[in-house]
Amino acid sequence: MQQRPSSLASHCNNEPYNSQMNRPMRISFSSLLLAAMLASGAARAQLSVEIVGAGANRIPVAVADFPGERIVSQALTSVIRTDLDRSGLFRMIDPAGNAIPEGASIAYGDWKSRGADALAVGQVFPGADGRYETRFRLYDTQKQVQLGSGALAHSSSQLRSTGHRIADFIYEKLTGEPGVFSTRIAYVVKSVGRFELQIADADGGNAQTAFASSEPIISPTWAPDGNRIAYVSFQTKKPVIYVHDLAAGRRHVAANFKGSNSAPAWSPDGKRLAVVLTKDGSSQLYIVNADGSGVTRLASSAGIDTEPNFSPDGNFIYFTSDRGGSPQIYRIPASGGDAQRVTFEGSYNTSPRLSPDGKSMAYVARNSGRFQLAVMDLASEQTQILTDSSKDESPSFAPNGRMILYATEIGGRGVLAAVSSDGRVKLRLPSAAGDVREPAWGPFAK
Amino acid sequence: MRRLFAILSLTLLAACSSQPPAPEQNASGVEDRSGRDVLNPVDNGGMYSPARLKDPKSPLSKREIFFDLDSYAIRAEFKPVLEQHAKFLQANPKYKMLIQGNADERGSREYNLALGQKRAEAVKKALQLLGANEVQVEAVSLGKEKPRCMESTEECWAQNRRADILYTGEF
Repeated sequence: MQQRPSSLASHCNNEPYNSQMNRPMRISFSSLLLAAMLASGAARAQLSVEIVGAGANRIPVAVADFPGERIVSQALTSVIRTDLDRSGLFRMIDPAGNAIPEGASIAYGDWKSRGADALAVGQVFPGADGRYETRFRLYDTQKQVQLGSGALAHSSSQLRSTGHRIADFIYEKLTGEPGVFSTRIAYVVKSVGRFELQIADADGGNAQTAFASSEPIISPTWAPDGNRIAYVSFQTKKPVIYVHDLAAGRRHVAANFKGSNSAPAWSPDGKRLAVVLTKDGSSQLYIVNADGSGVTRLASSAGIDTEPNFSPDGNFIYFTSDRGGSPQIYRIPASGGDAQRVTFEGSYNTSPRLSPDGKSMAYVARNSGRFQLAVMDLASEQTQILTDSSKDESPSFAPNGRMILYATEIGGRGVLAAVSSDGRVKLRLPSAAGDVREPAWGPFAK
Repeated sequence: MRRLFAILSLTLLAACSSQPPAPEQNASGVEDRSGRDVLNPVDNGGMYSPARLKDPKSPLSKREIFFDLDSYAIRAEFKPVLEQHAKFLQANPKYKMLIQGNADERGSREYNLALGQKRAEAVKKALQLLGANEVQVEAVSLGKEKPRCMESTEECWAQNRRADILYTGEF
């Protein structure tokens, strides 16, 4: 899995975040995952991250250099800093080359005067058989107290994942919500005559191809266990739903009925899929077991019903339907029953995705011919347009609900972007090659 | 045998050129049934022989049905083409047809997949009304995933609002 720093650098001139993301490294799951991957000669569409807008009140935090990290590489603290920085919730304070041993006494006043409200320190200790242990602590420089500490054992090739986990620790201690730096994303890269379903770290690093085809791939979606992805492949000249086991590198057909099979959505328990089939006429909602057995019809309408999405509690399925004359979002009890309309503004609202807490819904709204990512607070029915782009598609919440990943188009090319659910933090994930689309943010690592 | 085929061809020709399709469907359906045993083993280049599928002079080489914006109605200009394909299916019961519906690039991928499906279903229904057997025909959608024309212009979108007809061996 050699990556190509040179091709990336040529496309991303202004990004301070490239260097450490291009290092060919593997993290713990990747040896398993790698066995699952199809051999691919195509250029990987390595993603990077650009911050376009940041939160209003960012917490100033310093991450001191970790003594010992130079033995393996300097990537550890730069991964931590980059993760925290591009979350948009922190302002990184330059540690000015300070390397502080883990457990050393902290000159709180010095760090306060540098402007850091929080300080992370750590140290990498070489252990037996070439492995390492990294110990770290987080301090509040205002209150002059330790906020927490931890230790992680890892190999030299697990440096990136170790950095992500430490960043998650700092993020959670300082914001009160879990971080998503250790999670993975899936997306589809289209290059000439080739479609690849790729899996990458949440920062776009470590991209690997899970499935490649000469025909389109759409609608990838993670099972709640984080080990399987359902998607639609057109390999047989028609849309067929597969469930792909990432670690084993095996897949099976989940729905291949006469007509089109599409829009898979996992039930929260990971046992069933809501799917769209046309075996009985137009596009309609069905439920099928993840192994492809036991198909039952969920709803009936005269027109199109598609894009099902379970509410996190599993009680409702939100979906797009043209039953009222234009595509709008409705919801139906997951056991079947009467549909209830959810969107009323405008004549085109599609692609509903519920936030992990079930309180809000991301969707795509058409406004004066522009397709834009929007979010609705389900209790108040207040809506907010989150972007100023015009070809937004396929929203996907981060598992902590903070960011929404989506596909859009910049300069005629498909790219991924992310925006915080309050619209303040904006990121782009440009790629060196190909059109990138159909993002899906995976669950928390188990 | 050849004479029988010639008569049958003439009958079918007459059926095709007549305007109202309804009365002819029954007649040609009956004749087709008698013709199956005769026509299938002897591919002698008749109007509905499989060889005609690739003959640019045959109406069976016309495989594209275009649609208006937000519409799934078969435009009148495509009716004669579909009549020919319905006749082919009747004459070749072992042949299967895949209709791939397409949509332009605007909006949700899955919603466009459903729109393309509506177009493919419209073609399938029209063929059934013209006497084609449902089991021979599968309507599927490619949505906006396989655009023929890649630009964001109305001319381009019009080309992508389309259903394509494929036969056994072509999919």
